[in-house]
Amino acid sequence: MTDSLQRTPLYDLNLELGAKMVPFAGFEMPIQFPAGLMTEHLHTREKAGLFDVSHMGQIRIAAKSGDVKDAAAALETLVPADFVGLAAGRQRYGLLTNEKGGILDDLMVANMGKDLLVVVNAGCKVQDADRIEKALSDRCVVTRQFDRALMALQGPAAEAALAPLCPAVKDMRFMDVIETELATAAGPVPVTVSRSGYTGEDGFEIGCAGADADKVARAILAQPDVLPIGLGARDSLRLEAGLCLYGNDIDVTTTPVEASLGWAIQKARREGGVREGGYPGADVVLKQTRDGVERKRVGLVADGRAPVRAGAKLFADAEGQNEIGVVTSGAFGPSVKAPVAMGYVTPDYAAVDTPVFAELRGKYVPLHVRAMPFVAPGFKR
Amino acid sequence: MTTYYTKSHEWIRVDGDQGTVGITAHASEELGELVFVEAKDEGTEVAAGDAAAVVESVKAASDIYAPVAGTLAGFNDALSDDPTLVGKDPEGEGWIFRMTVANPDDLKGLLTAEQYKSL
Repeated sequence: MTDSLQRTPLYDLNLELGAKMVPFAGFEMPIQFPAGLMTEHLHTREKAGLFDVSHMGQIRIAAKSGDVKDAAAALETLVPADFVGLAAGRQRYGLLTNEKGGILDDLMVANMGKDLLVVVNAGCKVQDADRIEKALSDRCVVTRQFDRALMALQGPAAEAALAPLCPAVKDMRFMDVIETELATAAGPVPVTVSRSGYTGEDGFEIGCAGADADKVARAILAQPDVLPIGLGARDSLRLEAGLCLYGNDIDVTTTPVEASLGWAIQKARREGGVREGGYPGADVVLKQTRDGVERKRVGLVADGRAPVRAGAKLFADAEGQNEIGVVTSGAFGPSVKAPVAMGYVTPDYAAVDTPVFAELRGKYVPLHVRAMPFVAPGFKR
Repeated sequence: MTTYYTKSHEWIRVDGDQGTVGITAHASEELGELVFVEAKDEGTEVAAGDAAAVVESVKAASDIYAPVAGTLAGFNDALSDDPTLVGKDPEGEGWIFRMTVANPDDLKGLLTAEQYKSL
């Protein structure tokens, strides 16, 4: 490990729990714990898992006017989502686009009543904060909270594990967000809690001061059925849930339409909507929505047992003559019990149940385009 | 029968010029539970250090190298149904492929069990 890698507030606890640490997005992060990736994945789907995601960036955006709607309207100039229509106490997924409609990052935006809480990817957080600050500083105060901790408690037992520490979570629905207190051995500490995650399961994302992170994590881990989970299982869980990994499945070369993320652009921002366009690359995105695209992100499940990994070329035929796309994420899905992947294909091959072939060690293995998520979502609506 | 080891964590158990190859318990632990194992076709000629098989965990694929030159002589078909056999018994039931060793003298260049343990 080099000295330049950063550590999260849960670094010492991760080591104490036996984590195998790897460099990720400039941080030393736990890739797996002694239970191992397979067990961690299945445990999260059956019980509950706690993930340290403190490497991600938390940013607060407050309007100088004091009205959160003004902060929401300002952020809409950078993100094609309806934040003005986002009620207090609710959270929504969004995409930061560039002038060509390419995706600079994906993020979660919560209306905290007085301001917005934005959570962005670790590898993009400085660049994102710079972009937001530059564009919004005349109207808003943008505060980087990169020293705060963030952890995700995911799985069907998440509510039962968190409610004894934080009773308010029982009343939350999927994508609700609150500010509350969480009981720890050293007394209650202030936290932000959203009912959301990156696994396709019910669960919560809990933000707190870096100094409180160890206490919060220990309180949650002391609950029945909770295991610490590493980034390895996080990746296989999100892939089975059909969720994009920034840098793999989406990046500056892919647009929201190509990435099949048109659902993240609400009606108000679409053609004919009350606040149509008005974000970087809107002309490209509106045109693509109207006229179609050259490639679409799809889900893929292999017919056989061999995992198909990111970078594998996709073909229409078993002889590798007609190349139609590429795999962007691929792994064995422990819950699906088959190799699962996502990738981009030409629109003619994007329909569900279309057979395609992936190049694998000189052979062409059969897959089918399948609907995502690959596992049934466990959200509490 | 004698078992030799490689620095890349394969073992080869040999009887005359017939070898059986797998991965060590240490390698198996590092890889975690396997979800897929595949060897190159029987009859494939390999040089020492050529990728002769692949083992895959949820997250990653790892090549398994031929410890010495020779000809592949069969795959452990039980691994097609249950790749976790490698983790359960890496140096026994979890063997991966058989090979005919081209030159048994090449085995002298490999590690003994003692030498492998001291790595």
